[in-house]
Amino acid sequence: MIYDMLVVGGGPCGYAAALYGGRAGLSVLLLEKLSPGGQMATTDMIDNYPGFPEGINGFDLAMLMKQSAERFGLRTETADVTGAELEGDIKVLRTDGGKYEGRTVVIATGASPKELGLERERELRGRGMSYCATCDGMFYRGKTVAVAGGGDTAAADALYLSRICEKIYLVHRRDSLRAAKTYADKLAACKNVEFVWNSGVTALRGEGKLEGVEVTDKNSGEKRELAVDGLFVAVGSRPNSESFGGALKTDERGYICADETTRTELPGVFAAGDVRTKALRQVVTAVADGAVAAHFAEEYLSMK
Amino acid sequence: MAIKELTAENFEQEALQAKETVLIDFWASWCGPCRMLSPIVDEIAEEKTDVKVCKVNVDDQPELAARYGVMSIPMLVVLKNGEQVASSVGVQPKKAILDMLA
Repeated sequence: MIYDMLVVGGGPCGYAAALYGGRAGLSVLLLEKLSPGGQMATTDMIDNYPGFPEGINGFDLAMLMKQSAERFGLRTETADVTGAELEGDIKVLRTDGGKYEGRTVVIATGASPKELGLERERELRGRGMSYCATCDGMFYRGKTVAVAGGGDTAAADALYLSRICEKIYLVHRRDSLRAAKTYADKLAACKNVEFVWNSGVTALRGEGKLEGVEVTDKNSGEKRELAVDGLFVAVGSRPNSESFGGALKTDERGYICADETTRTELPGVFAAGDVRTKALRQVVTAVADGAVAAHFAEEYLSMK
Repeated sequence: MAIKELTAENFEQEALQAKETVLIDFWASWCGPCRMLSPIVDEIAEEKTDVKVCKVNVDDQPELAARYGVMSIPMLVVLKNGEQVASSVGVQPKKAILDMLA
């Protein structure tokens, strides 16, 4: 079957595109490599998506968005896209579960948390290295941990951990937090949070499990050892654009170039949500992008 | 095969004494990635008749979590004849889990 619209990625953007596409009468197939929700699903409480005055759990919101799109006939397949032919009238996506064809493609693959890129980082994952404070915090009750990063996620993680852990080092490469002021003020008031400014984690210590980290001051070059049982990484995200990077223009960080119409340089191919070059990456802007992409996909199909 | 909820009481019999390969999913209700992984594990339970799929709620069974050194969830552990032969941390694609079981 040749679908009117293939959506790659089952996060807020993908489901919004599928909802709008389905509701406009297009046949839509969504390809998700793991499980619904993307980064959103790993968020414990989402307070800044309108319509939920008490906030909502990220996974619950993902399931609601999926159901909203399924109401208009969305089909979902679990498949990881490994390659794409996007230039012709019929676009082909190759996946680990076979190939799929469509007249338009909405790339909504989002972004993933960045790793630090240190030696043995993967080996120590689940042995002291963590990328999800709300998931793993309780295993560090009463212990000393470090958080790497200075944005909203790092600040929220440090705040969450301050209620569970004995002591938290917040290691940040700048001399002040990038996080919103509400977080910064709350963190400054936490007696068990110590800021390590202008510094980065440069080595992981411990055999079999993490026992400490080396941090290096970027200005003085001075190194310091911190004895910690856990290191929580929140140093930003990187776009999931590898499968399309060859075919489409990306910026220097790998985000797919597209303006507010979500159109890429290839007709019928749209990049929407976190994977696109844009100013603000939030659930609400991802959802908006999905609607815009579906609109222009529909327009493209009607002009054919 | 139906999914077995493991506790400190039934662990010896259900997991360690099991004749078949055992897949254990360590999870908690408040962990988003655990909820993402759960339907994938459920699918495997339905399809693989030769694997005993079990879940451990780390809130209710902290000693089982400690026994396997769980410091990050979701964590999957594969047992054969009571011995741990593989493990993984974080949400995994179905194929990766099937490879762990092979």
